[in-house]
Amino acid sequence: MLHLVLFLVFGAICVAGAVNLLIQRHPISSALSLVVVMASLAVEYLLLGAEFVAAVQVIVYAGAVMVLFVFVIMLLNAGEEELTKGSRVAMIVGVPGVLAGGLLIAWVLIHDSGGNAVPLGALPGFPQKIGALLFHEYLLPFEVTSVLVLIAILGAVFLATKPETPPAPTGRKG
Amino acid sequence: MSNFEVFILASVIKIVLVIFVLLTAVAYTVWLERKVVGHMQNRWGPSRVGPFGLLQPLADGIKFLVKEDLTPPHVYRPLFIAAPMIAVICALTSISVIPFGTALRIGGHTIPLQITDLHIGLLFILGITSIGVYGVALAGWSSNSKYSLLGGLRASAQMVSYEICLGLSLVGVLIVSGTFSLRGIVEAQSGHFLGFIPKWNIFYGCQFIAFFIYLMAAYAETNRIPFDLPEAETELVAGYHTEYSAMKFAMFFMAEYANMITVACLATLLFLGGWSGPVFGPPLLQAILPTFWFIAKIFVFLFIYIWVRGTLPRFRYDQLMAFGWKFLFPLAIANLVITALVVAYRS
Repeated sequence: MLHLVLFLVFGAICVAGAVNLLIQRHPISSALSLVVVMASLAVEYLLLGAEFVAAVQVIVYAGAVMVLFVFVIMLLNAGEEELTKGSRVAMIVGVPGVLAGGLLIAWVLIHDSGGNAVPLGALPGFPQKIGALLFHEYLLPFEVTSVLVLIAILGAVFLATKPETPPAPTGRKG
Repeated sequence: MSNFEVFILASVIKIVLVIFVLLTAVAYTVWLERKVVGHMQNRWGPSRVGPFGLLQPLADGIKFLVKEDLTPPHVYRPLFIAAPMIAVICALTSISVIPFGTALRIGGHTIPLQITDLHIGLLFILGITSIGVYGVALAGWSSNSKYSLLGGLRASAQMVSYEICLGLSLVGVLIVSGTFSLRGIVEAQSGHFLGFIPKWNIFYGCQFIAFFIYLMAAYAETNRIPFDLPEAETELVAGYHTEYSAMKFAMFFMAEYANMITVACLATLLFLGGWSGPVFGPPLLQAILPTFWFIAKIFVFLFIYIWVRGTLPRFRYDQLMAFGWKFLFPLAIANLVITALVVAYRS
């Protein structure tokens, strides 16, 4: 019972943080709302029984990724956003898209028989099991993801490195 | 009393006791630091308030409480007020999973000497520490002054970089002991090998390189000399807490010293066998001795912290980053690979 109440409370906090992220006009406030979303997601994982995933969520997303976000915002000294009237594409495609997505979720929730549902706190989230899964069953996706991250790092390094000498007027490399 | 009532009562007593001991330890670490650094620099340190200046922390505390709490007009108030709270809350929370001894047996009830034993105790501490960065970063940003901002930027870059080395140095220990529970890690280190050498991870697990990396990274994480660039007073006035006064400043100070104590606790638990040590004498002494050894090891760590502070000059910022990324990081990975190979060979 307590689990269910906590689950709903943190779900509400999570959604409130996400909405606040969109409403706030200062980038730091938005970034901090995203931290709240990440942290409450971690609590949801914890309540489901996935302790390890919850801890990793806090360490990686709330603790490292979001710190870098805040760092960049501080470094660029970004000010308040200016409001625009919004594009027409957003109105034409976005609103029907949101409605369709909401209807789809509602339909799934109503018609779900609950056959695959796991009770709160019963998810097998021990680190040993996750490690075994990652290094046996899902080894290929795991390695492919790490290669993807490596490619992203190489791209970032390439973009960040300034050329040593100014490029000659003719024969520029592409 | 039922088991549940005993659990609640014991937990409340433990929480109150641990918070009291931690806050006292924070206050007296400051005293110890001033005294030891004073003697290293051929002066007395605090000596006027009480015998050996022992009441100096009390006087400091009263001073912090009654001083005027200035809030400069140009700050962003909500974050300016929240930042020191984040810092001190994160620093004090991590003590809740630290075990400080074996279990006590009172009238048929077993009471473990730890507020709570999580399966993921070590990850919990790492998570809380990584959230603690926000306290420093937001303090620097919300103060809206250039010294604070530079301090906050330096702090967040430094803490994120060294967190990686810190984490990697702990993975070796985790491979050797095979659990995230801090109590489990300590219990895996009990006993001796070759007759007399204790089976601590630093000896038996061959984790002395990891220990060195952990020590360096921990100094950088807690913003201590030789890595105290976020608050380098010769360049940045006081860095991220330049605009803070009275109790808000004291909160950052408390957070820094509480973090030092947590780091010392972790080093003791992970590398030096926690509370293991010679246990002898009557039952009462046998119950107290493990906790005594634990505290003694922490004291040694805090002394080394102060010793380093009294000895080493400060790094330059590019040296700090190069040291972290080009030396500690590859060393940590090499240690990890070698440890994994050794463990795979042994099993």
